[in-house]
Amino acid sequence: MSKIDLTQHPPFVYSEYKSSLLRGPKKPLVKLHDICEGQPRIQLGERQGGLTNQFSVPEIDNNLLLNSTQGGEPFGERMVVSGKVLDRWGHPQPGVLIEIWQANASGRYRHKTDEQNAPLDPNFSGVGRCITDADGEYRFYTIKPGAYPWKNHPNAWRPSHIHFSIIGESLADRLITQMYFSSDPLLEYDPIFTATPQANKQRLISKLDLSLAETDFALGYKFDIILNGAKVAPTDSEELEQPSEHP
Amino acid sequence: MNTPNLLTPSQTVGPFFTLGLQQSASLEQNRSPLTNVISGNGHKISISGKIMDGNLEPIPDALIEIRQPDNLGKFNNPNFLGFARSHTGYNEEKEFLFDTVKPNASSVYGAPHICVVIYMRGLLTQLYTRIYFSDELEANSRDQVLSMIPERRRGTLIAQQKENIGKTIYQFDMYMQGDQETVFFHP
Repeated sequence: MSKIDLTQHPPFVYSEYKSSLLRGPKKPLVKLHDICEGQPRIQLGERQGGLTNQFSVPEIDNNLLLNSTQGGEPFGERMVVSGKVLDRWGHPQPGVLIEIWQANASGRYRHKTDEQNAPLDPNFSGVGRCITDADGEYRFYTIKPGAYPWKNHPNAWRPSHIHFSIIGESLADRLITQMYFSSDPLLEYDPIFTATPQANKQRLISKLDLSLAETDFALGYKFDIILNGAKVAPTDSEELEQPSEHP
Repeated sequence: MNTPNLLTPSQTVGPFFTLGLQQSASLEQNRSPLTNVISGNGHKISISGKIMDGNLEPIPDALIEIRQPDNLGKFNNPNFLGFARSHTGYNEEKEFLFDTVKPNASSVYGAPHICVVIYMRGLLTQLYTRIYFSDELEANSRDQVLSMIPERRRGTLIAQQKENIGKTIYQFDMYMQGDQETVFFHP
């Protein structure tokens, strides 16, 4: 069982991200792995497996071009977003529930508290979900979300992004993150992105992958997701998958 | 030697997660398979509470998920998905709410408890805490995790039973900062 490596995640309080100042905890976390060391009879509920292959979703839910149509098609640049969910050792993770939500092509969410001055799209909810297959693969059809302004600092705009929620084997594998696009000039001004550790922040950026594209219809972006992983280190002879290269 | 791959880092859940992660979203179809209800055998309980920011204001847009064993302390019960999701926008008091069954302890060395993960706008990485129960004094006193926590902070992990007719209701408030800051774990 692996403990969570907090050095690979952003800090709880980050001065440039204003809303973290009153919401991030300031006391040190209590380390459960220290408490459990040398006490094999303690089984942490946080590391109990069993959360994969528990959910089913309608097949259409992975197609945001169709899953909330009012008879027409959503505006925007169509794309396929696909990748593999792996643990840190490269084991594919099947039966994982992935849920996504995003703004429409104008940068507006279909949410009652999103009051910005940009139009809703009647044919686009921005919500999708799917379950990874036996190889740990997932696939969504959607449109590229627009950037949008927010109130963190003057002229703050969030770079285009898709929110991902991934339910792996255990709570220690639980991940909520955001997928970005390479060469987005807004990334370097975005405190949510810049708060991320340098070593692995490129994992948040999807890669244009024309092998995923559908001719005359949609571009393709690859986004592999590496979970904490409760499994122990594999043997040297085990053949494991490597995630796609950073963009 | 195998070297582990770098992890995908966490990012904040943001302010609009109810769109994608809740059944109560305005969409009539295309709803999350997760609810705030855990069904199973045993004593039915409800747990509600608020999450306070550093100014002691209730946070209206936090996501909260729970995982628990069944009423016999088992996680590997095929008829029991001990996993549920709520958020603090359920009512005007800005409380989350779960309907579940009281778990038993998963080992004789511990007290009954529920594992909790919280997410919110302003929080870049999720936080873990636990819900223990105020009516389990004896079990709580021998729980190996609770007993490692300084006594003055232990109470932040204990849900308070409230008197109610017909159903047991627990109150579990969390504090992100300050003197009463909830104990958060690094699993």
